Amino acid sequence: MGEKIGVYVCHCGTNIAGMVDVEGVRDWAKDHLAEDGVVVSRDYKFMCSSLGQELIEKDIKELGLTRVVVAACSPHLHEKTFRTASERAGLNPYLTELVSIREQVSWVHTDKAVATEKSKALLAGTVERVVYNEALEKLKVPINPNTLVVGGGIAGIQAALEIANAGFHVYLVEREPSIGGHMAQFDKTFPTLDCSACILTPRMVEAGYHPNITLLTWSEVESVSGYVGNFNVTIKKKARYVIEELCTGCGICVEKCPMKVVDDAFEAGFGKRKVIYTPFAQAVPNYPVLDKPNCTYFKNGKCKACEKFCPTNAIDFTQEDKYLNVDVGNIILATGYDLFDPRRIPQYGYGRLPDVYTSMEFERMCNASGPTDGNVVLRDGKTVPQTVVIVHCVGSRDENYNQYCSGICCMQSLKFAHLVKERTGAEVYNCYIDMRTPFKDYEEFYKRILDEGTHFVRGKVAEITDAARIPAEEGKLIVQVEDTLIGKQRRIPADMVILSIGIEPRADAKQTGQLFGISCSASGWYMERHPKLDPVTTMTEGILIAGCASGPKDIPASVSQGAAAAARVLDKILQKEVEMEPIRATVDEDKCSGCKICNNLCPFNAISFIDDLAVTRINPALCQGCGTCVAACPAGAISGTGFSNEQIFAQIDGLLMGV
Amino acid sequence: MSKSFEPVIVGFTCNWCSYRAADAAGTARVKYAPNVRLIRLMCSGRLDPTFVMKALAGGADGVLISGCHPGDCHYIDQNYKALRRFLLLRRTLKGFGIEPERIKLVWASAAEGVQLAREIDSFVEDIRKLGPLNWPKWDSNGHAAEKQPVMEVTA
Repeated sequence: MGEKIGVYVCHCGTNIAGMVDVEGVRDWAKDHLAEDGVVVSRDYKFMCSSLGQELIEKDIKELGLTRVVVAACSPHLHEKTFRTASERAGLNPYLTELVSIREQVSWVHTDKAVATEKSKALLAGTVERVVYNEALEKLKVPINPNTLVVGGGIAGIQAALEIANAGFHVYLVEREPSIGGHMAQFDKTFPTLDCSACILTPRMVEAGYHPNITLLTWSEVESVSGYVGNFNVTIKKKARYVIEELCTGCGICVEKCPMKVVDDAFEAGFGKRKVIYTPFAQAVPNYPVLDKPNCTYFKNGKCKACEKFCPTNAIDFTQEDKYLNVDVGNIILATGYDLFDPRRIPQYGYGRLPDVYTSMEFERMCNASGPTDGNVVLRDGKTVPQTVVIVHCVGSRDENYNQYCSGICCMQSLKFAHLVKERTGAEVYNCYIDMRTPFKDYEEFYKRILDEGTHFVRGKVAEITDAARIPAEEGKLIVQVEDTLIGKQRRIPADMVILSIGIEPRADAKQTGQLFGISCSASGWYMERHPKLDPVTTMTEGILIAGCASGPKDIPASVSQGAAAAARVLDKILQKEVEMEPIRATVDEDKCSGCKICNNLCPFNAISFIDDLAVTRINPALCQGCGTCVAACPAGAISGTGFSNEQIFAQIDGLLMGV
Repeated sequence: MSKSFEPVIVGFTCNWCSYRAADAAGTARVKYAPNVRLIRLMCSGRLDPTFVMKALAGGADGVLISGCHPGDCHYIDQNYKALRRFLLLRRTLKGFGIEPERIKLVWASAAEGVQLAREIDSFVEDIRKLGPLNWPKWDSNGHAAEKQPVMEVTA
């Protein structure tokens, strides 16, 4: 072929050299791959270091290399590094390939001789392949400056505000009637004990009235098409039965509505709301929503009290769901989390024993605008508890439910201990497995709660029961727990038990992920492109994640992620165009027989049939480069850049060299 | 090298899921059988059945095909096309007198490094039981020859 190939084998310190005979691979390449065009083969301690890169650049310039193969780590780590190095030396970046002999060899195998042989095979495959690599130019597509943010919790609000403040338009979609998310339900936030609503509502209002934010509450994303820079999104605006343009948010309809139902959403099932309602006083927007399945008029055809009393005729019983179509360049998913349902742990008695509460119920109980007006009382609404037990790790760090630590519950439980003491003076027991208070001022808060006289019992609660064994336990809840610090079983009689429930991926996280083309990790949270270095982007360009969508987080971390995702989006918007890998399929019209086999294979509608010429054409702007049509063409008329048949065939030959 | 039969397996992986699963297995130092040699494609839908034939003809004893889980495809639903081709390939192999178990389809997400490693291990054992493919090697004139592959697979 006349190509001059340079082979570079990396030691990666001992990461590769510990399990692969690097010098052996280097010499083997020189001896056995010379007829494939290898003219130089070198090894180096760290190829990715600037000295390693200079080695390649020097060879390209001095030896006139036309292809470069680096045997090192995964292309997902350093392909860009080496391609950029080649480019600096004047070689088209797509003529450089990486062979993964670290992730796929040295780190996963245990026999040095076998690992060395496998490294040679992988190297030979790539050397044979790279001969058929073509010089390619990156594709550039313009970026639509609008952004879609899905989820109006604190992470989504932060992301939307950052982008809007920078002067770009944001569509903020929230499926509940108001933005605010879980943070709006909390009473106090740890460790500062700020009132949650006091710090959140100004942000909500800012987002609600921002000229650059189109707020779409009571709305859900129905479908997404397109790709980075050019997404087309259909949003369903669910019928509110309230005409937003006419509604003044006066609340008369809520007052006059004769029906009350249990509020499973905002009040976590702990309180009631009207059938036409705003979830809470500071809701943004403050237009109410009519709950159709529970509405007397929709059920019996009679009532319409809300319509009769509305001073602006804003009630419309004929309203239907509306569908909105918007074009955006980037999408941030801040879809948050669900709470663990403690009914799944029957021995804790939640739902059966009235004075066992979830953490969210207790948040609402503490809140001055909640069902008990902020009084910490038992289910009867008046008795003040004398003893309260707070159970940590409910549904978290438990092989039967969720293996992971939910991260926030220790601090939340400490906060509850403080609030119970402050409001009732009760004895408080915290039953914990381990205390986890790792961030700023968290350990200090733990110390403060210790000093306040809260009892700490190190042990996982076995059972919560109302079956008394001794007279002192009569009429109490008994918490059975092994105190592992004193090595004794304890039965703690209590009036109230609070279950610090863990947080879980949204029940529909998987479906939502599929809608946007991103995937979930084993525990169900959305996967980041890199868990450490790229925590807010995903494998799908233009789809970002923030907040608890990618795993348990506290408020500061969610806010940081919202801002980080926004920064990434702004970076893209300001570049005005996005570079895309030039991996595309093209049709050789002379070879195309017009059989149309490929026509139905493309999910991006990039393939069209030209009737006049009886041939198929591929629109490179729509093609995403999956290569399915290339594989399907019986005439071999479609070729795919970067992964051509010639390249793959040559790679197979190389991999099987000597077999 | 041990004297027992060591199968050679060519694996086709998707850039977005199973190739990253292999990366994840590496990062977590999950050990697995060294018999598999992976080729990265952008999508399992890129898998041309001739790739599999070429690998088997070229000396592989088995071929692993892996893609994103159904519903998780980076390109919406192209992994279903890989599934179709896989099922067809198994029938074709049977027609050639080759055990269809020599090809295996595995769904592996980018998070499933451990699962992919275990699938590779079990596939290697399956192929070890089947024994070498021992496809007779013929030259282009139909005479038995040592180095010619059984069929000429062209691009």
